[in-house]
Amino acid sequence: MIDDIIGEPSQRNDSESSVDTGCQVELSRRSFFQVLGAGLLFTVTEDVSQGQRMGDRGRQSARVAARLHINADGTFTVMTGKVEEGQGARAELTQAAAEELRVSAGRVHLVMADTALVPDDGMTAGSRTTPSTIPAVRQGAAAARVLLTRLAAEQWQVAPAALDVRNGIITNTATKQTLTYADLAKAKDVAAAFEQTIGPDVTVTAVSEWTVLGSSVARPNCRDLVTGTHRYPSDIARPNMLYGKVLRPPSYGATLESIDLSGAKAMKDVVVVRDGQFVGCAAPSTFLAAQALAAMSKTASWKTVPHPSSKEIFSYLKGHAQRRSGSRPGTAASIEKALSDASKSLSETYEVAYIQHTPMEPRAATAEWEDGKLTVWTGVDYPQRAQGDLARLFGIPAERVRVIVPDMGGGFGGKHTPDAAEEAARLAKAAGLPVAVHWTRAEEFTWAYFRPAAVIECKGGLDDKGSLVAWDFTNINAGSAALDPPYKISNAATQSVNSDSPLRQGAYRCLAATANNFARESFIDELAAAAGVDPLDFRLAHLDNPRIRVVLEAAAKHFDWAARKKKVTGELGVGLACGTEKNSVVAACVEVAIDRRRGEIRVREICEVFECGPILNPANLTSQVQGCIIMGLGGALTEQIQFQDGKILNATFAGYEVPRFQDVPKIDVHLVNKTDIPPAGAGETPIIAVAPAIANAIFAATGVRIRSMPIRGGQLREA
Amino acid sequence: MEFILTVNGIKRTVMTDPERPLLDVLREDFKLTGTKYGCGEGYCGACTVLIDGKCVHACMTPVAMADNRVILTIEGLARGDSLNPVQEAFLEEGAMQCGYCTPGMIMRAVSLLQRNPNPTDEQIITEMNGNVCRCNGYIKILNAVRRAAKQIKASASSVELR
Repeated sequence: MIDDIIGEPSQRNDSESSVDTGCQVELSRRSFFQVLGAGLLFTVTEDVSQGQRMGDRGRQSARVAARLHINADGTFTVMTGKVEEGQGARAELTQAAAEELRVSAGRVHLVMADTALVPDDGMTAGSRTTPSTIPAVRQGAAAARVLLTRLAAEQWQVAPAALDVRNGIITNTATKQTLTYADLAKAKDVAAAFEQTIGPDVTVTAVSEWTVLGSSVARPNCRDLVTGTHRYPSDIARPNMLYGKVLRPPSYGATLESIDLSGAKAMKDVVVVRDGQFVGCAAPSTFLAAQALAAMSKTASWKTVPHPSSKEIFSYLKGHAQRRSGSRPGTAASIEKALSDASKSLSETYEVAYIQHTPMEPRAATAEWEDGKLTVWTGVDYPQRAQGDLARLFGIPAERVRVIVPDMGGGFGGKHTPDAAEEAARLAKAAGLPVAVHWTRAEEFTWAYFRPAAVIECKGGLDDKGSLVAWDFTNINAGSAALDPPYKISNAATQSVNSDSPLRQGAYRCLAATANNFARESFIDELAAAAGVDPLDFRLAHLDNPRIRVVLEAAAKHFDWAARKKKVTGELGVGLACGTEKNSVVAACVEVAIDRRRGEIRVREICEVFECGPILNPANLTSQVQGCIIMGLGGALTEQIQFQDGKILNATFAGYEVPRFQDVPKIDVHLVNKTDIPPAGAGETPIIAVAPAIANAIFAATGVRIRSMPIRGGQLREA
Repeated sequence: MEFILTVNGIKRTVMTDPERPLLDVLREDFKLTGTKYGCGEGYCGACTVLIDGKCVHACMTPVAMADNRVILTIEGLARGDSLNPVQEAFLEEGAMQCGYCTPGMIMRAVSLLQRNPNPTDEQIITEMNGNVCRCNGYIKILNAVRRAAKQIKASASSVELR
């Protein structure tokens, strides 16, 4: 389902569980009422335990009641398994429901990511909320509106078609009689009506009729964010809760041979747990838990194993590439021939370093056992999968695990795994008290997972007219997102090859599309230069995709490409790049100032045009595009995980440089509202054009082609 | 050891290790979780609070250093339902995505505008540079600080006119 995951993060701290006792948190009726309001409680509890899947597949057969409830005051409670981590899902899903119910967004309360309450909408990843969950919520809400209209029609004994619904008021257009949703909620058996399934024939509101979707609705809980009252996963406190710490190996692959726990055990109020390789402790404060951990840690003896370093990572990945011979029948030979027949051919290798998401909130969880049931509050992208993982870890049925994901402090693809949840649950079980585990920044840097490093081999050939006639593109280790070129090339072959990643790797905002776009859009620039053609003209001559053409031409126009291209000097370059991924399209033009002697690269301006179908929320989309561009600057210029002997050498914000205020150039964002196609997700693709446009601008100014991410100024001095 | 801290106008006593970070005391003992842990090393600004009106990293400040001093956290900024102009400006500009850096950003901006009600962009950027936003919402945050400065200036001049 998620196309940006290249297999699950590897190298997890797998640990045999030998847990036997249990406790639990019974979801009390009272807390149900607190969340959902009175009236329609019982339909919920039933669905909850079913854990219906309503994402891409199950939507058609789901009952209306599994998706939403009407409250006595005519407001609605809508439920989704999606997670809010800053990407704006809470606002947009609220809008989706409000649009179809024909009420204002303020009359919809969205319950997100609580396995006891919500349907399974799949993982929050791969930009899938917009193309998959938004339609599911719209269909559920539209079905609810139809059912409510039918109840009013029955009461008035008229045909439903004679009724008009606006702003939560149903009007009989002939008699002008009105009924509000609140009237119906009080008087009618809405619960029984909502037992019906959401029919496949439910029609949703056309884009041209949108009044709530398409507008800049603010995040519903934004006031809690500026007052500090929102409770993030790391803010969840339970009565008598302890703070937990887990012993980490000194290096990747190291195994614990012996440890003396007596010192920590002797500390007042400290609980110590050892279960095979899992060693942890919990105490009434983080400070005390850290002291206990330090006491244990200094007695530990470890068996270490060799581990490659970041200095040799690219040759290592290439050496361990699992190339499939004959997996591209017919193509390899024709590519070879096309390359040898070409008037000009180029062959280059690109490299992309491991980087990390570094969300502001590191992994965090609070776990509580009560009567054999486990409740965990944690920051994770897929609550239902975390629920299953926890159930398996403790050998209990999934029904006895409840996972709640409070709106969390960032993810960017980095929070797919419930590591902290598992640790907190193990410690809580042993302690017999609720335990919170909050990873430190160094733990997040070391024991979360990374965006894969990549080696990308590119070969391309031009005919005597300067047209692309051969293309051979191989990504080693990073994955297949945006692997295929959007250009017309008579002989093209691409492949994604696995390798043996020495670091635990996993999803990231747009994942491999950034690496593949960096290599492809840089290499296209190299071929344009070889053909002696302007990079914009070269792309337009080969572009097949009309949507990319629109954004590329728009970016060039807004940036004034032709005029600025003429002003390029050795110190000032311009470059551009374009691409598509997850059914959205992007193009960027950049201006870069360069000081070769000092090895300095300064991005002065980025103009980006982005199109993802009809715009659901312009303000939120602008935030996503701006955020992607600036996050892209980090991966393009500074971010790089350094490791040696199984240790991360720069596991701090001092050694791992993320973009800051001073790094933000002039940014000019243009959004194209394309209303004749379904909306696509937007939180990822705007990142992919940034790095290649910068590399191309550096080349335009200096003639030096930098083929690695991050692009470091020092490479200019070396060149 | 016993320490007395005035936090958001309320005098609080805590018995604890003098080396314990103020951040932990605020979050774990006083349940004021609006102040965030981001790095524990003073490189990200998520834990920014004001002590006697000056910005500090609560993660790097031993509680002993806060003894007998006046601490302002994000929870103490609003007056009842009335938000501080910086909070208002963040809402009006939509200057948050995940919002986890927001309390630190707001406290840093409040401190800046108290000292310099009319900052240039360069001054704002220099002052705020220690605060990291990983959603990379810097453009809207900058707009929010500019808006707050304008708002504070406008309300100050309207007070003067009266």
